[in-house]
Amino acid sequence: MIRQLTSSERQNALVIALAVAIVGIAMAAVGRSDVLGVHGVIVMLFGGIVAYLVMSTFYDPEPTEDRAASYYDDPIKAGIILSMAWAVFGMFMGVWVAAQLAWPDLAFDAGWSTFGRLRPTHTSGVIFGFGGNALIATSFHVVQRTSRARLAGQISPWFVLLGFNLFCLLAVSGYLMGVTQSKEYAEAEWYADLWLVIVWVTYFILYIATIARRKEPHIYVANWYFMAFILVVAILHIVNNLAIPVSWGSVKSYTIWPGVQDAMVQWWYGHNAVAFFLTAGFLGMLYYYLPVRAQRPIFSYRLSILSFWGITFFYMWAGSHHLHYTALPHWVQTLGMTFSVMLLVPSWASAGNALLTLNGAWHRVRDDATLRFMMAAAVFYGLSTFEGSFMAIRPVNSLSHYTDWTVGHVHAGALGWVALITFGSLYTLVPSLWRRERMYSAALVEIHFWLAIVGTLIYVFAMWNSGIIQGLMWRTYTEEGALAYSFIDSLVAMYPYYIARAFGGLLFLIGTVVGCYNMWMTVRSVPMAARTADVPVTAAVVPGE
Amino acid sequence: MPEMFHRKIERSAVLFVLAIIAAASVGGIIEIAPLFTIDETVEEAPDMRMYTPLELAGRNIYIREGCYACHSQMIRTLRDEVERYGPYSLAVESRYDRPMLWGSKRTGPDLARVGGKYSDFWHVAHLTNPRDVVPESNMPAYAFLARNQLRTEDLRDHLAVQRTLGVPYTEEMVENAARDAYGQATPDTDFAAGVTERYGDATQVSAFDGVTTHVTEMDALVAYLQILGRLTNAAYRDTAATEKPPEAQD
Amino acid sequence: MDFSYNSLVAFSKSWGLFYMMGFFLCVCVYAFWPKNRKRFDRAKHSILDQDDKPWQK
Repeated sequence: MIRQLTSSERQNALVIALAVAIVGIAMAAVGRSDVLGVHGVIVMLFGGIVAYLVMSTFYDPEPTEDRAASYYDDPIKAGIILSMAWAVFGMFMGVWVAAQLAWPDLAFDAGWSTFGRLRPTHTSGVIFGFGGNALIATSFHVVQRTSRARLAGQISPWFVLLGFNLFCLLAVSGYLMGVTQSKEYAEAEWYADLWLVIVWVTYFILYIATIARRKEPHIYVANWYFMAFILVVAILHIVNNLAIPVSWGSVKSYTIWPGVQDAMVQWWYGHNAVAFFLTAGFLGMLYYYLPVRAQRPIFSYRLSILSFWGITFFYMWAGSHHLHYTALPHWVQTLGMTFSVMLLVPSWASAGNALLTLNGAWHRVRDDATLRFMMAAAVFYGLSTFEGSFMAIRPVNSLSHYTDWTVGHVHAGALGWVALITFGSLYTLVPSLWRRERMYSAALVEIHFWLAIVGTLIYVFAMWNSGIIQGLMWRTYTEEGALAYSFIDSLVAMYPYYIARAFGGLLFLIGTVVGCYNMWMTVRSVPMAARTADVPVTAAVVPGE
Repeated sequence: MPEMFHRKIERSAVLFVLAIIAAASVGGIIEIAPLFTIDETVEEAPDMRMYTPLELAGRNIYIREGCYACHSQMIRTLRDEVERYGPYSLAVESRYDRPMLWGSKRTGPDLARVGGKYSDFWHVAHLTNPRDVVPESNMPAYAFLARNQLRTEDLRDHLAVQRTLGVPYTEEMVENAARDAYGQATPDTDFAAGVTERYGDATQVSAFDGVTTHVTEMDALVAYLQILGRLTNAAYRDTAATEKPPEAQD
Repeated sequence: MDFSYNSLVAFSKSWGLFYMMGFFLCVCVYAFWPKNRKRFDRAKHSILDQDDKPWQK
């Protein structure tokens, strides 16, 4: 990886790595015995290890070939590996916390292993670790291929990738030690947030500079989604995380938003993290890898433009549907509900566009599990956006809110849509990036597909059942007009579903481990492809039989 | 000519970024901007008091342990919720809450008005091992809180930051934060007198975990749980609630 | 101009709506403008081209 750098670039990389290490030392010094000190040591080690890697090949010969004549794929490969590693970690944490709800003694009387501290390691692990790394890797790939231009930087792609993973590391290790802002999906504390701003601005500049290198006047639509993802996540992240630290030596900070404003800002962030992190970015994947894998152009390019602006515009209004019947003003709730329902139009336009692209290639969907991953993802996307709009309607929300139904809805989206489209994209990407003829085993892709589908369905059905039962029990009255069930009655009714849910999650995790093994063996033992073409000429030549 | 061509390409990328900002920012601005003037419409609560240093420390433990992942603090305006948990929550009640802890999931019950409903002793027993008190519970055990000494030396900084953000702590309250935290958990000491003097007679001064020799994280968390829903009585006044606010139990 | 709660809400409820309609109109015009058809078609098919190198001057 360092051999591709010129000596001046190696110097710059070394300076950056050392600067990070020095910041780590400073954090350790002011933080002392506080958790900030521990994080300082982590930052220092991280910077130190990168500096060591740069040093170890510092005096190797410089690259001789013209780098502009090839794409920059090394950071993408690293991103894929990191993404799969985080997937295993995050999903394992998910299975563990799910099991704790059924068997609470799995927390072992320690602080770090209680549900409350482990839950954000699961959510951040899968959303940022797995999803974020996959988005960075695929966006680097898509922007180069669609712009026919090399990434506009040698060090910056590595800075973005490694910097982002340092953020994830600080976030997740912090939760275990009790460092959290308690803002859902933005739990990381102020210093990690500041670091992410630096990383993210670099990401944005790198992305736009690469796009500016293209030859075509038009920017391919997948890049639109990636750009919206990068840009809006930056806005959301900064606004939601505005806070004042207690002192420079303390991990704790207080958000500047009080009470009802904080609730609105938090769910404006929370819902749009779903919109622009877990939807826009992954739609970018869909609009590139699905046509490429199916070897068919997208059904309607115009429709993709309309749905892009629809999603970008409507989503921002929808956050307040998380706060129905609360102390938030009524008109804001109504606005959120209305836009949530309207969101169904661009969402289904995207899902329909994807499925219609496959029309005429159904035999490929049948034979090629990779393409089927993407097809199933589009179906789940359509279903969960419908469910989302439905649950945002106020009376429906009065039943579903605070229950497991919401959890089931999130996982229909996260497992069925986000994870499936990612696996489909990665199975397309891995052989082409490492220049292998094919994946190591088409049968294992097939097995992964079915484990993922069955796991998702068990999970979602368990949570639908438990959520609706819970919601109904809370509002059931006896004939005398008294509440029929105590809270604990409703909890007792949940246990069978909690066990089923943990089992569904376990199947999904096993599928991911199978996927890791398959990718590993592809890189290790599949012969190099003879052709130099970057996209598979005939995807799906190796069906599962 | 090639230069012109490039300028055009770069311009289209920048225009595109501006269009995304134009599309995406409006929704948030329109919904959030009016909320900054919401104080004009929020219920008046002249009796509203701030968290004492011990309660604030307890609140931070509640946040640290991720209690909000399973417990909401927001009673919605629905009949069954009002009957189960008490008068629905008002915006003014979370006026000093940074961050708010309204929550999004009830694996356990809502806690917005749990203050005063159970004794300190019950809370300590329940936190130590929930299944001793509620056999069917799936809540984790928090016995370690009683083993951890509460960190009080930085509470002064905490109150100072809250003050900067607009919570009306006085200079005296900020200066005495650490001793007030100690005093609230050690009744019958000189420190305890200072707490009631600064935060009012209604402040619950008690040996929350039953041990007065030192202040633990258990003391702080129970102190916080006992104040939930009792910073103001506004919810009982303005909402036609029949219920009366709970009296303190010891 | 006073920034009371009611005036801000009124502004949000009226101009927010006009803004949305205007925005929708612009997007439709862009998507269906006949001159754009050619570039959309080219973009649509371009990702399927077999090409493994960045373009060069």
